[in-house]
Amino acid sequence: MKNGFWIFLAVFVALGGSWCGFVLAPELQLGGAKQTTTLNSSDVYPVGRPGEANQGLSVYRANGCAACHTEQVRQTGIACVMTLTDAGKNPEAVTNLISSLKLTGLTKEEADAASDKISAAGGKTEIHIIATGPDIARGWGMRQSVADDFLHDNPVQLGSLRAGPDLSNIGARADANWQLLHLYAPQSVVKGSTMPPFRYLFEVRKIGREPSPNALKLPPEFAPPAGYEVVPKPEARELAAYLSSLRATVPLYDAPISP
Amino acid sequence: MTLNVMKTPDARAETPDPKIDASLRVPLLALFGGAAFWLVVSSVLAMIASIKFHAPDFPAHCPWLTYGRVQPAADDALLYGFCIPAGLGVALWLFAQLGRAPLRGAIVPVVAAKLWHLGVVVGLAGILSGNSTGFAWLEFPRAGSVILFFAYLLLALWAMMNFAARRERALYPSHWFLVAAVFWFPWIYSTANLFLVAWPVRGVVQAIIGWWFAGNLLFVWLALVGIGTAFYFLPKFSGRPLQSYYLALFAFWTLILFGTWCGIPPGAPVPAWMPVLSSFAAGLTVVPVLAVAAIAWHTSRGSDAPSLECGVASSLWLEKSAHRADTTAHCEPKGGPFCFIRFGLMSFVLSSLMFIAMACPRISRVTEFTWFGPAQTQLQLYGFFAMTMFGAIYYLLPRAAGFELPFPKLARAQFWISMPGVVLLVLPLAIGGVEQGMKLNNPNITFMDATKAMLPFLRTSTIGLLLILLGNSLFALNIFAMAFVWEKSLVKKAFAVVTAPLERSSTSASLPSSPGFDGTRRRDKEVQA
Repeated sequence: MKNGFWIFLAVFVALGGSWCGFVLAPELQLGGAKQTTTLNSSDVYPVGRPGEANQGLSVYRANGCAACHTEQVRQTGIACVMTLTDAGKNPEAVTNLISSLKLTGLTKEEADAASDKISAAGGKTEIHIIATGPDIARGWGMRQSVADDFLHDNPVQLGSLRAGPDLSNIGARADANWQLLHLYAPQSVVKGSTMPPFRYLFEVRKIGREPSPNALKLPPEFAPPAGYEVVPKPEARELAAYLSSLRATVPLYDAPISP
Repeated sequence: MTLNVMKTPDARAETPDPKIDASLRVPLLALFGGAAFWLVVSSVLAMIASIKFHAPDFPAHCPWLTYGRVQPAADDALLYGFCIPAGLGVALWLFAQLGRAPLRGAIVPVVAAKLWHLGVVVGLAGILSGNSTGFAWLEFPRAGSVILFFAYLLLALWAMMNFAARRERALYPSHWFLVAAVFWFPWIYSTANLFLVAWPVRGVVQAIIGWWFAGNLLFVWLALVGIGTAFYFLPKFSGRPLQSYYLALFAFWTLILFGTWCGIPPGAPVPAWMPVLSSFAAGLTVVPVLAVAAIAWHTSRGSDAPSLECGVASSLWLEKSAHRADTTAHCEPKGGPFCFIRFGLMSFVLSSLMFIAMACPRISRVTEFTWFGPAQTQLQLYGFFAMTMFGAIYYLLPRAAGFELPFPKLARAQFWISMPGVVLLVLPLAIGGVEQGMKLNNPNITFMDATKAMLPFLRTSTIGLLLILLGNSLFALNIFAMAFVWEKSLVKKAFAVVTAPLERSSTSASLPSSPGFDGTRRRDKEVQA
């Protein structure tokens, strides 16, 4: 390459190509994405978060929660479980057929083939699809995360490190009260937790004429001195609302599971 | 047909031109002075973050020092505070040296450097006060990003003007890498800021653009600047031309063609074609990485060719065996800048291979979401890029400033402190990360157990961070002392002009006065004797 122009051209070709591929194309494919419907129903997904939870997302962003937590569940595959719902007019033939077939841990194709055989014999079956993988086995979710799950989030906080557990479905595992206790004193609800406490989201104040209804009910070793109470600031309540709103459990076309 | 290329830097330069170095003195002191400051800040912040793994309660009441703010602030202080201004400073010097053209209008890069460092102040204050944008490597709030962008444009413009005004028209391979880097950053930085911060796109497209940006900045930009710099210094230190020109051209093309598509993790919740394409590109990126390794290996191997650099040796730090240059051709410096750059190149190869491995779906199933990722990033940012920059700055700053490093022994010591620091930071995180990944993939092991098993590794890496903090402080000490000596010489000069007798005032003002210059000359003669 003889002069600056050729170098510029090289940059233009290389970077322009990847710009079209990973900036323009995803925007064209997904930028105009709309809500989808859940599998086998007309429910719209995802519905937006309630206002307080939406503000909680900005507390989540401001405090860099994504430095230690992911919001994406991985799935290694699916397994099908087949159940017989109706033996039909010739139960013996169906029973004989079933005893010769495998009914759990099937792939979708195997399940469909077996289902066809049984319905040919007159029986009726139901196929349940279960997502598999270590994340699912840990109870972090029922299915993998897909693009639809993040439609309303701004900024999208996928995270890249699991210094703490995945939070995609934390709303299904814990309620807002638990979240508040956990934020104030993680060790009070999770023994041995390595999460730093977020005490600055709470106010420790003297109990007035009567205790605040929002005051945390802490175990004695974490409780403030007598006559004081721990009251969550608005940020803490918003963050807890956001965390409680995190759940991605519905089946989608991209991630089919049986509810 | 003759090739219009330079096969070695300074091949046609008879003597170093003091005017070129002098023209860069102030911009480089401004860029590197601030960079050295942010380097220390970044390691202090990283230490604060790391203490949380020993005592999670440590300052629980202070929102400014919570882990989720301090950790990104430490990373950004290293990347935007040190790496980019240091890389731009080195690029400015290389353009001027290779093109044999002094930098004109040096006041603009000085202002741009100050502006850049102001942008970093604003950005870091933004992160620590809870105004981060929430995107990895793009956490600086809008005000900080805008300042950084314009400061970069000014610096880039001056670099390109100097490049265009070069008197030596032929291009050296370093030119390709550095000119490409100069164009690369504004493109990716403006794209990311416009689509993520100014007018955010919807849903996961944000994450995709974020990965594209991070991959292009951390992998491609750093590689372009670091490798471009190394290609200038390798032949100087080894005394043989770059092996070879065509391999370098091949490495350049494959790096920008394939490297720019890397970055989307295989398990990402996006349409499947994107991670597949990205993994494929990452696999092809092995080619430029191995090409760079081959070039470095063949160029730095000892050779019998007469050394160009040692022939024009000055009293400056590197050429410890300058007097040997004309008798023995062998020029293999054992300490100093070469150590930094050689270690940087080794880290480049290793960190790139780690990066490529993480893009492989099978490996990613274990390493994704573990500390293996941060280990790779630290090796790339500090082990490769920062170390390469240390070597380059230790070499070029004394030349640009016109006097020796105030504490050359500390510079040498820095290598033996920073290098084990990198190893102690990266190795435990990488090994622990793989173990953590295997434990997380076994649902019979509770999450708490997998996390607890990581703690010893994290605590060991704190020692690495401590060493890095010490090494960074030594670097900053040298740079700050240089800036101080230079300022003192300015004051002295001004004082001499003011107090000089009237009839002699014109001659005394033009004296090249820099304290320490004569002293070091004398000391060097003693050493040689």
